[in-house]
Amino acid sequence: MVEAQEKKVGIISCSGEERVEGTISRVATRLVLGKLRPNETVTICLPLFLAGGREEREFARDYPTITVDGCDKMCAKIATERYSGKPASSIVITDMLKEWHCPKLSSRRKLNDESLTVTGKVAQRIAEEVDEVLSRLV
Amino acid sequence: MNTQTSPQKKVIIIPCSGIGKAFGSISRDATYEVTENLRRDTTQTLCLALLVSGDQESLQLVRENKCITVDGCPLQCAEKNVRYAGGNLAGSLRAVDAYKENRHLKPRSVTFLDPDGQQMALKLAGRIAEKVDDVLEGQ
Repeated sequence: MVEAQEKKVGIISCSGEERVEGTISRVATRLVLGKLRPNETVTICLPLFLAGGREEREFARDYPTITVDGCDKMCAKIATERYSGKPASSIVITDMLKEWHCPKLSSRRKLNDESLTVTGKVAQRIAEEVDEVLSRLV
Repeated sequence: MNTQTSPQKKVIIIPCSGIGKAFGSISRDATYEVTENLRRDTTQTLCLALLVSGDQESLQLVRENKCITVDGCPLQCAEKNVRYAGGNLAGSLRAVDAYKENRHLKPRSVTFLDPDGQQMALKLAGRIAEKVDDVLEGQ
């Protein structure tokens, strides 16, 4: 188990290979892990919950988690709840795009400038959620 | 002899969701190269997480069509999850196989593929496309 003083938040992104919002969720998650909150966050590949063993499935019991889903099917949230534990917070990219009145984005393979700007904003929102979750642990 | 032609089924290419290593990103990029360019009329991809979460349409898709999985690491989540879902697995490839044949390439970047990663993705895409052809010839 993770000691109380080792405060980390697990961020679990949907894989979303079919949609540009899936790419945004993965890249935003990577930005948080690598740049915005590198010392406060960890991740796991979502399908590892099923393919992996006990260690992977206990991920959400060891860490408070934030799920990041590309669409309202919310695979990351559902799979995390089913195989690991209830997430501390959930983010859905399509909801955020509506909130920000974003036009339809394209190119799931290579994010264009517009999609990269949105991805940066999503990453910032995830980082704020990380801070919020960590503040509740104190 | 039955002269009726059945509707063309597509080969489903399912990459791993690897988010922590370059090989996961390479498996996805290779999948996009096949489904959007090399074999766009005969293939499509599917969110692995959607399949894992038990989505009925996804389950039906992998059971009624031939599937090729493309994994980024030895845990082989894509292959295992397609098998677990009762999918019609026709082939499984690994990004590391493309690496073994192209050791001069050193992909490092995960979030956005560097030139070596992009090149390896194209090599892997070629192998996937060959596998697609094999699968379709066998149908």
